[in-house]
Amino acid sequence: MKVHEYQAKALLAQFGIPVPRGKVAFTPGEAKEIADELGCKVVIKAQVYAGGRGKAGGIKLADTPEEAEKAARELIGTRLVTHQTGPQGVPVSKVLVEQASDVERELYLSVLIDSATKLPLMMASEAGGVEIEKVAESTPEKIFRAYIHPAIGFEPFLGRKLAYGMNLGGDQFREALKLMAGLYGLFMAKDCSLAEINPLAVAADGRLFALDAKVNFDDNALFRHKDVEELRDIEQEDPLEVQAREWEINNYVRMDGNIGCMVNGAGLAMAVNDLLQYCGGSAANFLDIGTLNNTERVVNSFKMFKADPRVKTVLINIFGGMARVDVIAKGIVEAYQQMDIGFPVVVRLAGTNVEEGKRILAESGISFVEAKDFYDGAYKAVEAAKGATK
Amino acid sequence: MSILIDENTRLLVQGITGGEGSFHAQRCMEYGTKVVAGVTPGKGGSQHLGVPVFNSVETAMADAGANASLMFVPPAFAADGILEAIDAGMPLIVCITEGIPIADMVKVHSYLEGRPTRLIGPNCPGAISPGKCKAGIMVGEIHLPGSVGVVSRSGTLTYDVVAQLTNLGIGQSTCVGIGGDPLPGSTFVDILTLFQEDKDTKAVVLIGEIGGTLEQEAAAFIKSEMTKPVVAFVAGNTAPPGRRMGHAGAIITGTAAKASEKIKALSAAGAIIAPNPAEVGVTSKSVLERL
Repeated sequence: MKVHEYQAKALLAQFGIPVPRGKVAFTPGEAKEIADELGCKVVIKAQVYAGGRGKAGGIKLADTPEEAEKAARELIGTRLVTHQTGPQGVPVSKVLVEQASDVERELYLSVLIDSATKLPLMMASEAGGVEIEKVAESTPEKIFRAYIHPAIGFEPFLGRKLAYGMNLGGDQFREALKLMAGLYGLFMAKDCSLAEINPLAVAADGRLFALDAKVNFDDNALFRHKDVEELRDIEQEDPLEVQAREWEINNYVRMDGNIGCMVNGAGLAMAVNDLLQYCGGSAANFLDIGTLNNTERVVNSFKMFKADPRVKTVLINIFGGMARVDVIAKGIVEAYQQMDIGFPVVVRLAGTNVEEGKRILAESGISFVEAKDFYDGAYKAVEAAKGATK
Repeated sequence: MSILIDENTRLLVQGITGGEGSFHAQRCMEYGTKVVAGVTPGKGGSQHLGVPVFNSVETAMADAGANASLMFVPPAFAADGILEAIDAGMPLIVCITEGIPIADMVKVHSYLEGRPTRLIGPNCPGAISPGKCKAGIMVGEIHLPGSVGVVSRSGTLTYDVVAQLTNLGIGQSTCVGIGGDPLPGSTFVDILTLFQEDKDTKAVVLIGEIGGTLEQEAAAFIKSEMTKPVVAFVAGNTAPPGRRMGHAGAIITGTAAKASEKIKALSAAGAIIAPNPAEVGVTSKSVLERL
C-alpha cells in the first residue's frame, strides 16, 4: 500500500526525522493561507501516488502567498501525467505547501527487505535526487549497504559505515545516525515494505532533512496497522479496482484488453492473460478469485465484468484445488439468474469436484461456450471477442 | 525415489482442527499419506480425524513420531507456528498459509539459520510424491508416479501443468510448490539441488513468475550444476510493472523482475522454454524423447 508524500513526511517526523515545515492544502485558498503562515518562499507539490512529478509539472515554486494560490489553482482538480501513470494520469485533489529550502547536496537513504539475505537492508548514497536503480547501473560504487539483523537492530557502526560512505564529515555523521535509527524504527514499527528518503538534503548550514519521501507498506501486515489502512486514498486508485475490493475481490488488476477473466490462483491468472496474448487477444483484467468457497464472489466477478464497458467476452478458467469447482459452477448459474449477461462466456473447468460442477452448468440450461482445456479456453475467448467487436 | 517426502513420511498437521486444516488433512489421508498427529494449542489430548491432537509440536514429535509438518495456521499466528516447529527440531515444514507479514518471515529466516529444518512455502500448495505421500492441498488424482520433478512458485498453474504431463503419460517423481511470497523458505536452487541428486528424477519442469530474481539464480545453477534437462515457463509476460499480481512476490520492481528477463536467463543457461503455459506438457514430452 502506498501513501502520499505529506503522510509519509508526517510519519518520518513522528520518528524524529527532520522534514521541511509545511501543510497539505485542498483548495487554492488554503494554499495561500499556509504560504502566508510559513512566511517564506514555498514549494507547491501535487500529492499523487506516482513519481516523476517534477518533470511532469507537478511541483511549482512560489515567492508570495498569491503565487502559491495561483500555483495550487493550476494543480488542484487536474490530472497529472507522469512517466509512471500511463496516459490517463492521476487526479490531483491536494497539494503540499512547504517552505522552499536551499540545498547544498542531495543524498539517498532507504530501508527495504533484501530477498537475498532475507534481512532489512539500509541503502545510502551520495548520488541522491535520481532513481536509485539508475545509480546502481551507472555508479554502483556509490551505493553503500548495511544489513540489519532483526535480533540486533540498527547499531551505530552500521550508521557510521553509511554516513562516511555518503561523505558526511565533521559532526554530520552523528545527525545522520539519529536519522537512520529513526528511519529503521519507522520501517519496523509500521511494517513498511519501503521507507525511502530521496533526496535526503544537506542544507547550506549543514543540517540534514528529508526533502522528499516515499513510504510503502506490506499489504500482508495491514491487519495490525489500522492507522495505516486509514491513510489509503482510493481516489488515486483505478475505480474498477476500488469497486473490486468493495466486492471482496482482492486480487484484481485492470489491464488494457477486452476479455474479462476470472481465474483461481495468481500464477494461473497471469498465465491465462499470457495465453490470451499468445492467441492474439488481450485481457481486460487480472482476477484471481482466491479460494474462499462461496458463490457470492463469483457473482461479484460477473458484476465487475458488467461494470467494465470494455469487456466483450468473458473467460472463466478454474482448476479446483482448495477452491471447489461445484461451488464456482453454482456461482456462475446464480450470476446468470441475477443479471442479463449480454456477452459470450467461455468456461473451462478442471480439478476438485469438476464432474459435479459440469453437471450443475449443464442442467441449468444457461448458454455458455465449453472449453476442453487451458488452450481451448483462451482460443475460444479470443475468437468470441473478435466476433463481438466486428 | 523422490525428494522431501515419501512412504516413510509421518505427517503432523498444525492447525488440524480448523476448517482448511481438517479438510486437507483428510484429503492427505485419503491419498495414502501417513498423517500421525495434529497440533492445536488448547486441544491436546483430544482426537480428530482418528489421530491424536497435541498441544505442542514437541510432544507430537515425541509421542507420535512425526517427521514432517503441514501448516494451516492463520497468517497472524503462522510465523509463531513455524518458529515452534523449528525449535522442536522438525526436519521438514510445509507452510500453506497465505498472507504472512514479511517482517515475520525475516524472523523465521534468521531463526532457521544453522538449524536442520527445511521450510517449504509459505503461500504454497505443498509437495507431493505421487503414489507415496501428499503433504499439501493439490488435487491428488491428477498426479502420476514417474521421473519428472516439478518445481513452481504457483499453485493452480502447477496443477494445470501436472495435468498436461499426466495426460501425456509423463509421471512425476515429486512436485514442489515453493510459494508466491517474496521470502520463500526454499528456493528454486534448493529444490533443483535435490532433483539433481535424486537418481530417479530424469528431468525437471520449472514454473517461474515475475518478481524477484529466483529464476536468475536458478539459471546460474542450471548452467553450472545441472546435468538433467530443465523445461521452464515463466508467467506474467503481460503483467504491468509496479503492480502486485495476486502473489505478494509477484511484482515487477525493476528490469530483472520481468518475465522476459527471466526467460532470457533460463534460456541462456540451457533450459528449454515452453512457448506458452498450455504447452509445457508437450515441450517436456519432446525433451524426454530425446533423452
